Amino acid sequence: MGSDFCWMIGGPQGSGLNVSAEILAKALSRSGYYVFGQIEYHSNIKGKHSAYKLRISGEHVSSHLDAVHLLSSLDEETLIGDLYHEFPAHRGHVHEIAPGGALLYDVEQKKFIELIGRKDIFLWEMPYAELLDRALTEAGKPGQARAYRIMTNTLALGASVGALGFDFDPVAEAIRDSFGAKAGKVADLNVNAARYAYDYAKERFAGQLKFALPAAPPKREQILVKGSQAVGMAKIKAGCGLQTYYPISPATDESVYLEGYQSDHNLVVLQTEDEVSAIDAAVMGAHGGVRASTSTSGPGFALMPEGLGFAAITEAPGPVLVLYQRGGPSTGLPTRQEQGDLLFALNAGQGDIPRIVMASGDIEECFYDTFDAFNYADRYQIPVIVLVDKHMASCYQTLPPFKTSHLKVDRGLVKPANTNGDYQRYAFTKEGVSPRSVPGQTGGIFWSTSDEHDPRGHITEGIGNRLAMMEKRMGKVALAAREIPDGKKYIYLGPAAPQKIPVLAVCWGSTKGAVHDALHHADPHHAKYAMLHIRLMSPFPSEAAKNILSRAERVVCFDGNYSGQLARLIRTETGISVHHSVVKYDGRPFSEDEIMVALEAAKPGVGERLVISQGRVVEPGHGNLEFDQMLELREANPKMLAPMVPLPPGYNR
Amino acid sequence: MSTAPTDVKTVQPADFKSDIHNDWCPGCGDFGVISAVQMALAKLQVPPHRVAVISGIGCAGKSAHYMNAYSFHTLHGRVMPSVTAMKLANHDLTVIGVGGDGDAYGIGGGHFVAGGRRNLNITYVVMNNDVYALTKGQASPTIAKGQKTKSMSEASIMDAINPILLALACGYTFVARGYALDTKYLSEIIAQAIEHRGSALVDVLQTCPTYNDLHTKGFYAGQIEGQPRLYRLDQTGYDPIVHNPDDPVEIAQKKAQALLKSQEPGGRIPLGVYYKLDVPTYEDHLKAKIPGLQQKPLAELDLYHRDITPNLQELM
Ligand SMILES: Cc1ncc(C[n+]2csc(CCOP(=O)(O)OP(=O)(O)O)c2C)c(N)n1
Ligand code: SF4
Repeated sequence: MGSDFCWMIGGPQGSGLNVSAEILAKALSRSGYYVFGQIEYHSNIKGKHSAYKLRISGEHVSSHLDAVHLLSSLDEETLIGDLYHEFPAHRGHVHEIAPGGALLYDVEQKKFIELIGRKDIFLWEMPYAELLDRALTEAGKPGQARAYRIMTNTLALGASVGALGFDFDPVAEAIRDSFGAKAGKVADLNVNAARYAYDYAKERFAGQLKFALPAAPPKREQILVKGSQAVGMAKIKAGCGLQTYYPISPATDESVYLEGYQSDHNLVVLQTEDEVSAIDAAVMGAHGGVRASTSTSGPGFALMPEGLGFAAITEAPGPVLVLYQRGGPSTGLPTRQEQGDLLFALNAGQGDIPRIVMASGDIEECFYDTFDAFNYADRYQIPVIVLVDKHMASCYQTLPPFKTSHLKVDRGLVKPANTNGDYQRYAFTKEGVSPRSVPGQTGGIFWSTSDEHDPRGHITEGIGNRLAMMEKRMGKVALAAREIPDGKKYIYLGPAAPQKIPVLAVCWGSTKGAVHDALHHADPHHAKYAMLHIRLMSPFPSEAAKNILSRAERVVCFDGNYSGQLARLIRTETGISVHHSVVKYDGRPFSEDEIMVALEAAKPGVGERLVISQGRVVEPGHGNLEFDQMLELREANPKMLAPMVPLPPGYNR
Repeated sequence: MSTAPTDVKTVQPADFKSDIHNDWCPGCGDFGVISAVQMALAKLQVPPHRVAVISGIGCAGKSAHYMNAYSFHTLHGRVMPSVTAMKLANHDLTVIGVGGDGDAYGIGGGHFVAGGRRNLNITYVVMNNDVYALTKGQASPTIAKGQKTKSMSEASIMDAINPILLALACGYTFVARGYALDTKYLSEIIAQAIEHRGSALVDVLQTCPTYNDLHTKGFYAGQIEGQPRLYRLDQTGYDPIVHNPDDPVEIAQKKAQALLKSQEPGGRIPLGVYYKLDVPTYEDHLKAKIPGLQQKPLAELDLYHRDITPNLQELM
């Protein structure tokens, strides 16, 4: 962690800061660096504040850090937050800059610099409008800087790169790539503008910073990928034929990704009228003979249990349902992180129904788990839920390209064509899985129903049949538990049995990245800390978890939700109560630093439940420190109640 | 339709009868509807294994069990999403949705609207008895304001949905009405609906002798000013067909004519095809976009050897 560099850009949504961050990430990735990018944004389209953080490392990283080394600010909200709002919500990001770090800001934000009160960081002022004007004059558009103000993001990018003393060429190339095929004059203009800012910043600021970019490892083939793309690629690779969806953040990204490949890969993407329809269509697509899937997040999933039940009782080979957890369950913090749907995913549905629930821990797992999910759906004729979360869906990471040569599609037991006779779709078999037939095939006609049914699929209320059918359906989960290999159920890093484990950090979902990085940096040989990451939630790896948990002297369980859902699940499945349930529910993902803070804090005598927020353990009832600090600051500076500089266009207060 | 029978023996209505006991009430109109569907399929010589029947929940919903075809007795109101996906998975199948009026126009209302907009080549047969029969006779969305059947505790104070009007507004390209007890004519309408390329709605006036004592066999057989209550549109010179689908004026006129017919004053009820428009279907648009579908239905394509190298390269 010590040698990693953390760059951040902040500004109004719609100002192009994502583009700048992704361009920089690409340039760094192509130069050999490892990058982890995290985006935080408001649930609006234009105007409100968003911030993009890039962790730049010389070795593989899968989490972000709290501290920022270079902050590039596109507006005053990045500096002082929204203090002049009646009910301010944040105080900007300057307080996140590590002592000895730097702030790059536009000369127009000058008036705020005094207010931020930091003397321990470099304050680097940039005349963006002037530099932009120079680039425009060169392009034959003098005096039009105001009209092209949207390009400030590109200048901020150039300035950052210059101040860091990093090469300009890879950045220029990545800027051009971002304009795609139409890279002509506009791309040239952007490259030029970036170069003016680059030169200006390099000349004045390069070499001053206490922090430097780590040494770049040798170049190697790597992709810069976000979770929703990994899931989308896995669906393509697995042979998904029908993807259904109703728009909802952040799940939509995946469907939009797939829509772009409909013709390349013979894939039908159906935007439905609602989530009820999305799941029902996916179920019927699976019955109809294609691999089918849908994607949603909490509020959409809340409409789907009925269809999940239908899939389960009719033993459809699927669908695969990717559930992107986020703040909520409905409109809590719609674009923020939360791992709040674990118990919901495990329990959703009328009656007792079988399901497989996977929870991917990182972007690679998103890819491989989603691929496996289709095999499980076919093999066990069961609905499969893949839990991901907003953080994983929208953060970018450098990874080696996914390996696909070993991936095998298993379509499960299919009724052979043309065997006439009395085919029974729900025949009792030794394994509990009946060969399925696909509509259209001769000799394969079957009936199916959402009511309890006999082996032919006709409704019956017979007692014996009910017992046998329930056992058949639920037995498939037990079969999956026997067949799915351990490595796909959980990941354990720590001393081998029968050695004792001093402290065991248990995690799930995207928290794995932060826990993994924290332990790797603090205790690479696991002398003190071990990690247990749970990857399969149903069927739960109860025996294995019990064995590991019972060797631990102290168990600290991390949950990105209020109620400690994994800790509760562990208690249900293993009978073991964790010593500390560390929860975070402020709408932001765990950082690597926060994992260490929690692990250090989780000592005997400290309460069972620890709440983490903003890099520290928060005392119950004192969570709103940030708000208190903001009010103090505002009181000291009443002038701030009115914005002092004109707000950027589109800025919506 | 590429649904020609594969065996030499011609397809008979009886081929579509399943052998399970039918538990509808004696005299229920649903018997007529399901026979009409079977007759229509036999008329078109579609073999049972090329047919998928998807039903909702309710008395009407049980139809799926009484059909010898790929049968899905789904969830209350969810016929349309299921029909849509079955057709997308295999556009060569004959896909028929069956359900009650509560199922289609009540709980399934939003799906019904979307189904019209999509114009997939499917047929939706709705058994319209003005009541929620399987839950013992509550008002369904088609019962008129002020009406009260013996099973309702009080008269409805809500306006009724007019299924024909609704379907026209939603974009169904084939809109028709049949009568359950005139099975032969109903089967002709259903056959036309199946043959139609596009989303077809057949709203069927269905008697429920158990719960609806207003719209009985006698009611439908009644006369109004010396004329039968039910009459056939095709015997009046009515032309439902849009002959030039590129002419927006003709489309508007034919739709307006159907709208008027669907609200015929005086209580006479026209049967038959109200409106028919031949325009490219959802599958046609998909085929234009997705080359593989021009060769084979989705379920028959090999989707399991895809190369994602280009996808990965884009991210480098
Ligand atoms: C989600 C859901 N809500 C309610 C029911 C209860 N239910 C069963 S049948 C039915 C009414 C069916 O009425 P209709 O669709 O008109 O068909 P009919 O029985 O008249 O043929 C209802 C409400 C259900 N099965 N599922
Ligand atoms: S209740 Fe009505 S609709 Fe249902 S079976 Fe009996 S007669 Fe038919």
